[in-house]
Amino acid sequence: MTAKAMPFPKGEFQEEEDPQEHLLFDPRPREEMNQMVMESMRSTTGPFWVVVGILTLLVLVCLVGAWVYMALTGMGVAGVRRPTYWGMFIANFVFWIGISHAGTFVSAILRVFKADFRRPFTRAAELMTAFGLVVAGMYPLIHLGRVWVAYWIIPYPNSRWLWPNLRSPLTWDMIAIFTYLLSSTLYLYLPLIPDVAMARDHSNGWRYRLYRLMALGWRGTEAEWHRLRTAIQIFAFAIIPVMFSVHTIVSWDFAVTKTPGWHSTIFGPFFVVGAIYSGVSAVVMILFLIRTTLANMKYFVREEHFDALGKLILVFSFTWTYFYFSEYILAWYGGDLSDQYVWDALTKGPYAWLWYTMLICNIAIPWLTLWNKRIRRSPAMMFAIGFIVNLGMYIERYLIVPGMISRNRFPFTWDEYTPRIELVISVGSLSLFLLLYVLASRLIPLIPVWEVHEGQTAHTLRRIGKTVVPTKSEIE
Amino acid sequence: MVDKAKWGMVIDLDRCNGCTVCVTACSMENNIAHVGEADAGYGRSMQWIRIERYWEGEYPNIVSRFMPVMCQQCGNAPCEPVCPVYASYHSEAEQLNVQIYNRCVGTRYCGNNCPYIVRQFNWFDYAKDMPEPLNYQFNPDVTVRRRGIMEKCTFCIQRIRRAEEAAEAQGREVRDGDVQPACAQACPSEAIVFGLLADPNSQVSHLARNARAQRLLLEELGTEPRVIYLKSERGTKR
Repeated sequence: MTAKAMPFPKGEFQEEEDPQEHLLFDPRPREEMNQMVMESMRSTTGPFWVVVGILTLLVLVCLVGAWVYMALTGMGVAGVRRPTYWGMFIANFVFWIGISHAGTFVSAILRVFKADFRRPFTRAAELMTAFGLVVAGMYPLIHLGRVWVAYWIIPYPNSRWLWPNLRSPLTWDMIAIFTYLLSSTLYLYLPLIPDVAMARDHSNGWRYRLYRLMALGWRGTEAEWHRLRTAIQIFAFAIIPVMFSVHTIVSWDFAVTKTPGWHSTIFGPFFVVGAIYSGVSAVVMILFLIRTTLANMKYFVREEHFDALGKLILVFSFTWTYFYFSEYILAWYGGDLSDQYVWDALTKGPYAWLWYTMLICNIAIPWLTLWNKRIRRSPAMMFAIGFIVNLGMYIERYLIVPGMISRNRFPFTWDEYTPRIELVISVGSLSLFLLLYVLASRLIPLIPVWEVHEGQTAHTLRRIGKTVVPTKSEIE
Repeated sequence: MVDKAKWGMVIDLDRCNGCTVCVTACSMENNIAHVGEADAGYGRSMQWIRIERYWEGEYPNIVSRFMPVMCQQCGNAPCEPVCPVYASYHSEAEQLNVQIYNRCVGTRYCGNNCPYIVRQFNWFDYAKDMPEPLNYQFNPDVTVRRRGIMEKCTFCIQRIRRAEEAAEAQGREVRDGDVQPACAQACPSEAIVFGLLADPNSQVSHLARNARAQRLLLEELGTEPRVIYLKSERGTKR
């Protein structure tokens, strides 16, 4: 490791503010941080178990129960009907895939670009990726008419030599999601190794046995660190194209069809931008919950992090708006009557109230609030904005999936759609995500202590004459 | 029209009076489920043919137009490539778009990608609720579909198969007029004509050369449909 001290870049740091407000300029001893993280994991109060109990109940009733009931009676208990063959299940699928993009984006892209503000919350975001994918991966199965033969989509040798259709975007989807789940889990696990080793050294009983297993005998030698850093670096670069490809492929489920509204070449990048937009907003929501409910987290998750993520959300809001209206302009300019039917249904038809709500949530509110530093630095406000953006992005997915296919080239067949059991299962799947997250927050260190420590060693305040100059060393 | 087409159908929109006998005959022949009042009201009634009704003009100078729409047996069908398990696939021998019921997993992707909106989904096990004597009306040549799968018009492929087997037994090729699907057989005004499009002397080929056969339905999508509509000139000035 070579270190080279450089002045902190201008702009990232305002003159008037106290440098100690930044986590990386407010170092604490490594052992103290270890203890803080361990304490946050060990503290399980009464309300915690109440929350876990309620979530478990919701998962069992609303997800498992409703799904089994639907599989036994038939897809008819859902609200889908001709011509809206895909409904809220697929909208949920796209939404959760979008949520799962945040982890990789925040962690891998910001790591590659050496954005130091990412350090305390990479793990929180990566956990969102893993659990978001678990929930998202369930939805194509929930939505199947005959879920008990879902394995026919997997290529496996069989006596009839029947293989899945590799021309079908659903087969691509299956492959892409498996790849992403596998690589993002590995990417979550690699930076976790030094932290579970730390947890192993600070615990006993069943926790000790669990962490000893997970730490793979990590001792923290120079050679181990070298290999780990190399592996993380390789993974950070390799997972970025995987992340972009996953949501592009999900968008091809729609873009490849001849359905008016879906048949659009812009869908690939548009979906990726939308995914990152909603995903980063979800990271903000999760960070707020971590900060308010977990012990000692106010030290690690600070206002500066909400500030930085707020800027990201604003940029992605601009990009998303550009893509959304590009699609609209192309439909208008193309002059295809069937596209016109779709957009009329969204802007003036039965979906107009949803469409305008979406514009307010995704454009008006972020654009009017996030320019303001005071709002960006207020965790509660950022939580509210994150929620509103996610609501807007959910509506966007809803309008794309059941909204657009309710209109087609035969006005005689037009029909809207009302969700029925979809609502129950959606609540169940949200509970599953929260339950997994709540349990994980007590099982693995949510803060990558070694990364924070590394950042704190690289950032120092140097006194030159009367002024204090923040400096940053390059870590290679 | 594509050279590869084998079977074809001509629908004369001037002759169709919207009586829906074809729909009924099709339901009987192909064991199509009766979904019951509640589901039919919710827009889940299953018919392989739908009669689209359009009113033109203002009362009292009003013209009603009917258009029966069924699976167009596309030569280049949008439903085929999207199926992950090949349940919807192209029969090269018959040049028909066929649906393999026991292979279908129920993604309903084909239903979304069909530009004609003619694919039907079995939302429940409708056949199970059929009371005792009524189940004797099921056609033994056709699968009774269970829940969770897609289905659509097959051009009565069971009748095509039977005619081909009979022709083979007599040591000849199948001829025009050997096969009639249930809808064409039932149509009282002979608006639906079915036959060998591959044979230039068949009745369908003859009708397909009619001046009123101007365009195929959604021809611009490149789906190569095998159903030819003869334009309605009723109520218009000749």
